[in-house]
Amino acid sequence: MNEYVKKASAFLRDYDGPKLSFMEICGSHTNALSKSGIRGMLSEKIRLIPGPGCPVCVTPTSFIDRLIRLLEGGEAVVTFGDLLRVPGSKGSLNDLKALGYDVRMVYSPADIVDMAMNEPDKSFVFAAVGFETTTPVYTLLLEELIACNVKNVRLLTALKTMPEVTEMICEGPTRPDGFLAPGHVCTVTGSDLFRPVAEKYGIPFAVGGFKPEELVMALYALVKKAGSGEVINCYRQAVTESGNKAAEAIVNKYFIKSDAYWRGIGMVKSSGLLLRKEYMSYDAGSDNLTEDNLNTGCCCGRVITGEITPDKCPLFGKACTPANPVGACMVSEEGSCRAYL
Amino acid sequence: MCVAVPGKVLSVENGRASIDFSGNVVTARSGIIDIVPGDYVLVHAGLVIQKLKESDAEDMKKLFEMLGEDDE
Repeated sequence: MNEYVKKASAFLRDYDGPKLSFMEICGSHTNALSKSGIRGMLSEKIRLIPGPGCPVCVTPTSFIDRLIRLLEGGEAVVTFGDLLRVPGSKGSLNDLKALGYDVRMVYSPADIVDMAMNEPDKSFVFAAVGFETTTPVYTLLLEELIACNVKNVRLLTALKTMPEVTEMICEGPTRPDGFLAPGHVCTVTGSDLFRPVAEKYGIPFAVGGFKPEELVMALYALVKKAGSGEVINCYRQAVTESGNKAAEAIVNKYFIKSDAYWRGIGMVKSSGLLLRKEYMSYDAGSDNLTEDNLNTGCCCGRVITGEITPDKCPLFGKACTPANPVGACMVSEEGSCRAYL
Repeated sequence: MCVAVPGKVLSVENGRASIDFSGNVVTARSGIIDIVPGDYVLVHAGLVIQKLKESDAEDMKKLFEMLGEDDE
């Protein structure tokens, strides 16, 4: 191990200053912090909170319900594997697939283009969830659909943006002492995305990579810069301050800012994206999906805002398990509860 | 879901790149990044999202020094 990483690790292990809590807002960070053992090696004075950084965890039940209605209407629903087991009001996409409905899992949204061209009489809907990292992928899909004149594909979108939800958390009772900023989001947007929130609330954001040594350095940065409104880029291999301008331009071409509903949290102003009206023919009814009929007892919202740890949820590890998730945070390996378990 | 995986570019043609992930070769879109064969890149959901810079021990040293005093 690099000698500086060793020094930073020892510092985090032996830290005996004021209690500090840091929130990670990337599901891959949540997963990596658990798998690497970093969560358990920190001083008791340092607490890590898995925040709202997993896209499927913040997708409301009404989004799944809408997909189920589309399936029942004879359309095919295509999406990433993580979304298949997220519970809606009355079941998941996997439940519908088991009943014979046309649910397909892909590695990339672009895979839907060939499907649609090979089956021109079938209507396809891509369930497009994600944060700033994934939105450019959907814009390239739209470019390809338009270029190939493919008319039998629409998107149901639940696209979200990070700064607004971090600001909402800062306004609440669980404001952390710093945020471990999402490395892949910042790869696209640049680390400056979080500068306004950092400066407004006087708390640091450290952009972290995903290897253990990169996570250690990012957490070290948060402790050293606690109380400052700085943004520290600890993932310089991939992240610049200003981000990818081509991605920003193409996202702005197709999408416009909107309010967005976060599962378990509620409406967060300007924290989402919807297709612009000139591209609404590619939309499958994404606006106003604001109902969130969570299972009684599910505490996902309180978990991802840092109010409670997952083990304080009465369903955790009992009624709600990876094999039978009741809450969305137990579905994916990036989910707060799944990682905690 | 926001997982991005590093790989090496083998070829690029018409906005599609062949990427080698430790022997597993997949096709990804290269629409938002200019890349050439030999580049190391991050791929997310079938899209190249970044060209990776070389990383070395000096980066950790610079970061450590920038963050303040030596804690030994």
